[in-house]
Amino acid sequence: MSLLAVREVTKRFGGLTAVDAVSFDTHEGQIKAIIGPNGAGKTTLFNVLTGFERPEDGTVTFDGREVVGMRPHRVVRAGVARTFQNTQLFDEMSALENALVGRFPRTRTGMFSASLRLPGTAKEERLAQEEAAKTLRLVGLGDASSVPAGDLPHGRRRLLEIARALATEPRLMLLDEPAAGLNSSETEALAEVLYRIRAEGITLLVVEHDMGLVMEVSDDIVVLNEGKKIAEGPPRLIQKDPAVIEAYLGEEEADA
Amino acid sequence: MGVDAEVTGSELLQFIIAGLKNGSIYALVALGFTIVYASTKAINFAQGEFYMFGGMFAVFFLSGLGMPLALAALVSVITVTAVGLGFDRVAIRPRRDAGPLTLIIITIGGSMVFQSFARHAFGPDERPLPVFTAGPSIDFFGAAIERQTLWIWALTAVAVVALTILYTRTKLGRAMRACMENREAARLMGIDTNRVVTISFGLAAGLGALGGLVVTPLTQTAFNVGPSMGVKGFAAAILGGLGNPLAAVAGGITLGLLESLSIGFLSSTYKDVIALAVLLAVLVLRPEGLFSRASREKM
Repeated sequence: MSLLAVREVTKRFGGLTAVDAVSFDTHEGQIKAIIGPNGAGKTTLFNVLTGFERPEDGTVTFDGREVVGMRPHRVVRAGVARTFQNTQLFDEMSALENALVGRFPRTRTGMFSASLRLPGTAKEERLAQEEAAKTLRLVGLGDASSVPAGDLPHGRRRLLEIARALATEPRLMLLDEPAAGLNSSETEALAEVLYRIRAEGITLLVVEHDMGLVMEVSDDIVVLNEGKKIAEGPPRLIQKDPAVIEAYLGEEEADA
Repeated sequence: MGVDAEVTGSELLQFIIAGLKNGSIYALVALGFTIVYASTKAINFAQGEFYMFGGMFAVFFLSGLGMPLALAALVSVITVTAVGLGFDRVAIRPRRDAGPLTLIIITIGGSMVFQSFARHAFGPDERPLPVFTAGPSIDFFGAAIERQTLWIWALTAVAVVALTILYTRTKLGRAMRACMENREAARLMGIDTNRVVTISFGLAAGLGALGGLVVTPLTQTAFNVGPSMGVKGFAAAILGGLGNPLAAVAGGITLGLLESLSIGFLSSTYKDVIALAVLLAVLVLRPEGLFSRASREKM
């Protein structure tokens, strides 16, 4: 059974159909990429999958539960974490504290009892600290735990956002352009991190423009163009797909 | 009354003590402004009323219900905290997403309601509260420190330390800071942002009440003391830098000292002008505040 089943999802903004009857499945343990020219509806699709936007039509089933209509923090609790195209960190807080905020959906005691230091909370806090530190190490930020997020260079900020999402203990992670603005060695390191995350048993759905990265890491690719799915399959087939080539060439001509 | 003669050392010390005393109260009120601002991006103009309630409820519990002073003070802080929580639930939460301007207008309305309530419930007269510890002032290098002033400093210090621990060591504090910085991302991390705003109002009310009740033995209180203290606290918060709690404390102390030294070196006529002058100067010259890091360039 698929972990995430997207069926006939349609999202309109006024007269514009940003996502047009898109369907696909993501299976447990996969790295799946969503690609397409600018304005193809990739980020809107992500917003629908994480409860930020409500689609006009269609269903999104995660692990047998309907996601459409859930509020974002409920979706996180259900086991879907995401990162943003524009990094959204808590700049004044240290890297470790950022990851600790990610632990929120997984800590049982309420904010109040935790502040009153009721029994059980000290232990839970210690556990949270350990888990948060572990996610930092996983993405290669083990040395930066006390550095304020705002002082980290761009590449490491992106990794921190991934660590914070990991701290929510997701089963599925949605990464929105994780390689944007990274240089080639940082992109290679990112690919390593993605493999490590998959090795932890976490399924990945990645929107990405860096074709080198997409073709290297993904098991399966969905191609969107103008809101519609125009192709789906493994990287080797997608590279040869005439509809995909046309969509991308069309974009280049328009850009020129 | 102008001061023509030179200010002596012990007089200077006396002005500094007075400045630190008033500054501590401003700090408590300013903390209330920054805590609510941090979670809502709105200025709570009912903050001065929480200060007024702190003193008035303490008087009521002491004189009206015959509670011992310490209990009356504690129950007053708890009551006003509850008023703050209730204010959010009844007046703020239903319009939470309407934007800061709407919220600010709601708080102005709240301020009027609270003031009218206090006038009708407790009467129009000035009300006194006994000092917490009776006894003569303490001599400090030729300057006198009233015992109540020591209470003001001690309770302010306890509040600031407790708040620092809350912000840096606890889950609630992290949630509050996360909301302060990036509400959307905080929501995505499963933080109930509505709850954080409610708690912010409760905390702000409790801190304001503490300031109001601890200063009442020296100044007396009345239903209409809120707005002028609100202006002072707001100026202190702006001076320190809105949104940063510890900077608000520094802003409060600085404002208290500026006021007090202006009495010493200029004239007491200018005392109340200082807060407004500081407010204007900071807004024009350094809107991010003196003690707050300039907001970062966002990527």
